Amino acid sequence: MSTFWSIWISAIVLGTVFGCWWLLHATRKSQTTDVETDRTVGHSFDGIEEYDNPLPKWWFYLYIATCIFALGYLALYPGLGNYKGLLNWTSANQWEAEIADADEKYGPIYAQYGQTPVEELSKDGDALKIGQRLFANNCAVCHGSAARGQVGFPNLTDDDWLWGGTPEAILETLHNGRMGNMPAKGVMPNMTNEQVDQVVNYVLSFSGREKDAAAAEAGKAVFAQACVACHGPEGKGMQVLGAPNLTDNVWLYGSNYEWIKETVLHGRQNQMPAQSGRLSEDQIQILAAYVYSLSN
Amino acid sequence: MSTQNPNLTYNYKVVRQFAIMTVVWGIVGMALGVLIAAQLVWPSLNLDLPFTHFGRLRPLHTNAVIFGFGGSALFATSYYVVQRTCQTRLISDKLAAFTFWGWTAIIVSAAITLPMGLTSTKEYAELEWPIDIAIAVVWVTYALVFFGTITKRSTPHIYVANWFYGAFILTIAVLHIGNNLALPVSAFKSYSAYAGVTDAMMQWWYGHNAVGFFLTAGFLGMMYYFVPKQAGRPVYSYRLSIVHFWALIATYVWAGGHHLHYSALPDWAQTASMIMSLILLAPSWGGMINGMMTLSGAWHKLRTDPILRFLVVSLSFYGMSTFEGPMMSIKTVNALSHNTDWTVGHVHSGALGWVAMISIGAIYHLIPKLWGLKEMYSTSMINVHFWLATVGTVLYIVAMWVNGIMQGLMWRAVNDDGTLTYSFVESLEASYPGYFVRFLGGVIFLTGMLFMAYNVYMTVRQKEAAAQDNAAVQAA
Repeated sequence: MSTFWSIWISAIVLGTVFGCWWLLHATRKSQTTDVETDRTVGHSFDGIEEYDNPLPKWWFYLYIATCIFALGYLALYPGLGNYKGLLNWTSANQWEAEIADADEKYGPIYAQYGQTPVEELSKDGDALKIGQRLFANNCAVCHGSAARGQVGFPNLTDDDWLWGGTPEAILETLHNGRMGNMPAKGVMPNMTNEQVDQVVNYVLSFSGREKDAAAAEAGKAVFAQACVACHGPEGKGMQVLGAPNLTDNVWLYGSNYEWIKETVLHGRQNQMPAQSGRLSEDQIQILAAYVYSLSN
Repeated sequence: MSTQNPNLTYNYKVVRQFAIMTVVWGIVGMALGVLIAAQLVWPSLNLDLPFTHFGRLRPLHTNAVIFGFGGSALFATSYYVVQRTCQTRLISDKLAAFTFWGWTAIIVSAAITLPMGLTSTKEYAELEWPIDIAIAVVWVTYALVFFGTITKRSTPHIYVANWFYGAFILTIAVLHIGNNLALPVSAFKSYSAYAGVTDAMMQWWYGHNAVGFFLTAGFLGMMYYFVPKQAGRPVYSYRLSIVHFWALIATYVWAGGHHLHYSALPDWAQTASMIMSLILLAPSWGGMINGMMTLSGAWHKLRTDPILRFLVVSLSFYGMSTFEGPMMSIKTVNALSHNTDWTVGHVHSGALGWVAMISIGAIYHLIPKLWGLKEMYSTSMINVHFWLATVGTVLYIVAMWVNGIMQGLMWRAVNDDGTLTYSFVESLEASYPGYFVRFLGGVIFLTGMLFMAYNVYMTVRQKEAAAQDNAAVQAA
């Protein structure tokens, strides 16, 4: 902040503290006695009088003590504008110090597993226990504590993978995150409502659930134009693009006609946040092993 | 001054109106509190309707108890006290009537708009901009009536209760207008004039002073009249009232930043708010001491006078929560207490223990006087109310202390590998017993209010009020 504001802040902070101090002393100085008496100050308001009693001593010293503490604290910590305080403390460097402490304390625990390949690590009971705790802290909020997912968040315990279930693919997902994007109406922005109905029926027909056989038949052509680029000619999806397989019975969003229609009409955006930077490399390795172990 | 003007009459009508609305809004606001406490134990009581959802009823609860119940109590007592201690009638009956109808309409509009989901999202300042403007107009009128009456007083000095009421009225005007500055985009939608951390700081400058001035300075004004009056004793120390008044109002305005510890708020502002919050301990306790010590020599009255008991216990809770507050403002303590139920418990030890109890005591003192009667319909019923209120408050606070400290400890507990021991939902599950006890405490406190309503109804029924605005009664 500018020098003006720094001085302004210091002046009003110190002014308030010393003002309180002065008020206390000035009032105490005019006391004529140190003990309680029956003398009033002479006013009466609706019959209420006021004693001219001194400030209680213990209270006076309590007050002084808080003022002294405040001044000491202001000397040590940042409070007076740009003045940094004798301890050079900031909330940011307190946070950094705590993180550094934690890394030093817990880092070695993770480091002993960091170099082990995911497949091998997924058979190590101790590593998996840590992995489960990391999962509970960092992943369960979306994928659920049992990793079974919920609408919009994939189930990690089945064999169906959007982006691949190999150790390498899981590590990539964890490190860099994933952005899933199904555009509205695929690559056919001028798709009519009738064509939407047809293509939804066609998608349903992969699992034998079409509502209208004729529409499903007609939908094949729409699908070929709008959807194959990602989902492939047989609707089996493409893991490179994160495009789901539409022929199994696993659905990231709902599986009935209305849900699929919604997906086709408006598309879907999905994000798995990158964990690099949030978690250490070693922690990600353990987490990958845990996730891998859920389906292997 | 014992030289009273025999032709002097006071405006008791507006005091009577606000006194009755204190009881009404108290019951409404506390019943809402009990409902949302029940929703936390049995979430299905949300009823799956937007209007009855916790998120909409919680601000209605806070608005109804702070501004409906607390506000009406402050209007009633300040109008009563300023007239009696200045020995003069309110400067304008019409303006006073306007503040009553205006304020009541504002609380009613809160009860309509908040369940509809119309909110500016600022805590304790949720009402949307048209209502904010109405509040500003009523409040400025209130200031005119109050300070106008002081200027035409027939006493040489201004009594200490009026200093506190005056500080409360002035500062709330500044806080309300400052924090609610916003850009309206439609009849019921506006955006704050401030952005980011400035908005947060403005909000808590206002928010903490809703506590410091609305819920503390105003009620200290109440204390300074009703405690010596009910005890029949002089105020303990005039000198102490001077120091603690000026120190209290000078430091309270700084304290808001302690709601934003370890946030994006610059470190200097966090430090300043913390040290001012600590200094605030002594000025706060100055008020408690002055109230408590006023009773020395009259302690025996506590055995027979449940109204005095309300007043004394309210001061004890005031002392306790004003010790707890500075402690919670210390960064290391705050790191544990922040976002836990401890904060909720702290607020309610102030709200139920201090604000509600002193208001209840003051209203019990007022009602017979306003209707020209010797005493309330039933003193033993006041006594029952006293015990219900005390037990309810204690259950509430203890439940929230236990929950809060438990939550804080669970959130920071780590395993040997540094991972968190508990998920959030586990800490929520562990909070259920405390939520139930809190609900129970609320039910007990509310039951006391129902006793009060019946007692007030029976008292008022005893006498037609019409003939009471006369000097004969007021000389008592």
